[in-house]
Amino acid sequence: MMTRPLLTLSGINKSFGPIDVLHDINLEVYPGEVLCLLGDNGAGKSTLIRLLSGVHKPTSGTITLADKPAAFASPRDASNAGIATVHQFGGTFPLMSIGRSFFVGEEPKKGWGPFKTFDRKTANDIAVKAVRDLGITRITDGDRLVGGLSGGERQALAIARAVHFGASVLILDEPTAALGVKEAAHVLRIVLQARQKGIAVIFITHNVVHALTVGDHFAVLIKGAKAADFRKGEKTREEVTDLMAGGEQMAELEAEIKSYMSSHPV
Amino acid sequence: MSDPSHKLSIGSLLRRPETGSFLGLAAVFVFFTIFGGTNFASVSGAASWLNVAASLGIIAIPIGLLMIAGELDISIGSMVPAGSMTCAIVSGHFGLPIAVGVVAAFALGALVGLVNGLLVVRTAVPSFIVTLGTLFAVAGLTLGLSVLITGTTSVSIKAGPEAKFLLGHFINGIYQVTILWWIAAAIFWGFVLHYSPYGNWILAMGGDKVSARNAGIPTERVTIVLFMCSGMSAAFVGLSQAILYNSAQVSAGQSYIFNAIISVVVGGVLLTGGYGSVVGIVLGTLTFAIVNQGIYYTPFDANWASLIIGVLLLVAVLMNNTFRKMALSYTPSRNPSRKLK
Repeated sequence: MMTRPLLTLSGINKSFGPIDVLHDINLEVYPGEVLCLLGDNGAGKSTLIRLLSGVHKPTSGTITLADKPAAFASPRDASNAGIATVHQFGGTFPLMSIGRSFFVGEEPKKGWGPFKTFDRKTANDIAVKAVRDLGITRITDGDRLVGGLSGGERQALAIARAVHFGASVLILDEPTAALGVKEAAHVLRIVLQARQKGIAVIFITHNVVHALTVGDHFAVLIKGAKAADFRKGEKTREEVTDLMAGGEQMAELEAEIKSYMSSHPV
Repeated sequence: MSDPSHKLSIGSLLRRPETGSFLGLAAVFVFFTIFGGTNFASVSGAASWLNVAASLGIIAIPIGLLMIAGELDISIGSMVPAGSMTCAIVSGHFGLPIAVGVVAAFALGALVGLVNGLLVVRTAVPSFIVTLGTLFAVAGLTLGLSVLITGTTSVSIKAGPEAKFLLGHFINGIYQVTILWWIAAAIFWGFVLHYSPYGNWILAMGGDKVSARNAGIPTERVTIVLFMCSGMSAAFVGLSQAILYNSAQVSAGQSYIFNAIISVVVGGVLLTGGYGSVVGIVLGTLTFAIVNQGIYYTPFDANWASLIIGVLLLVAVLMNNTFRKMALSYTPSRNPSRKLK
């Protein structure tokens, strides 16, 4: 494993007007590793990934990608630099076919001059192969509409697309949140496959079990600040859950519930 | 692994965007053949609805592509008479060669489309509102300038034999030559939407404009070009009518707005964008034209035509929704036991 981080965030602050959303975030993401970004709603996870995917710019601080400073003017910039973001529902073009949506903006062409045509067969074949390589063997027809795929299949398709176009950093925003147990397990396996290809994966989740299953490295955000940063095996599941919910607050909450239950017997 | 995509089956046909419109067309055709008698399906009967369909269809296809891309252009309602008047004023009133009038009309269509496109892209005001504005602005300009320049609201134009042959004669004395232009337009747009890479851009833009832009599609340029094409198509219909009827009027054209939208929606294009086909739009246009003209061949009063069109529109939308759901929920059933594990 490489010892140099692929993506480094140092001293990142982000505020929207008077509201500070992120304070002094320092993070390192290594190739071939899964960084799990944990945190409760409103902890600043979404803002952090928007900074990385070029939607927002940090108020201060620097992002370094492969030893070069990275200031993304747009999501297009970030994806050209190799940072791919996959959102919770995967494909954003539900009424397009698998082959067409896979190659949006990068259409394979055949033919000559002004009569160049979209090479549907190549597009379908590559897209189907890419997604089957990730173990989704149920997809055989590239003409199927993306909207007809299951949630896990859509995630797989979006990840396959990112891998195919050479992403070096893959940001997965709650990929398992809307999935059943089996499909979630499948997506987690695909995350590990992407990791094996040497991609730096940033995995955003609420689910501690999912995080501990695939994560090499964990960062917990609380109220816009990094509250913990630890490696696999350094903390138990209970400790991580407590951290995510705000540490002591969770114990307080439990005590509160206990006293409520004892004073209000069923 | 065999490629199932080229296999023709009833199932794969049912999942196409134009299925609903094909069934609708078949239904109205049978209906009017029964009630309209032999005249409706005769050579001259067919001419009456094909002529209506041709000029409507030339406009409906670019409107449909705009709708697939998530936009709408209703300014065509003024662009048809504006194109007509421009050609007639330049070539009829001022006596310049007909080619100059044709170019002028096209240039005006392109300009109005450019203004529409720029306003939609720059202001993010919904295109319905933008083109509603230009609809009235162009109508006002056409009326004002026509009266100012010619002193009337109707200008005559005398086209030479070449122009007449290309744009304004009746094949066999009954079929307007615009039918051929419509076929050419359908082939051109069919190629753009379904075979060229730009078609993918149009579908993606209608699906999710932000994601399309992030994927590197020049969404603003595509939007502007599509508006320019719809403006020029409307101008073309206007100028060819001027040449056909040897005169142009400032009014006449507003009916194209709703008729084009009906044709497009009956043709299976999703009103919110991202889904549709050129074949569907062509079938939708034919369906509309058959209802519009077929009523005259039946014993029913022509006033009932609007009722039929209204019901047809609602049925078509419901049917298209059903077929779209079928397309979405389709999974190949070859390995039913092999579920995602």
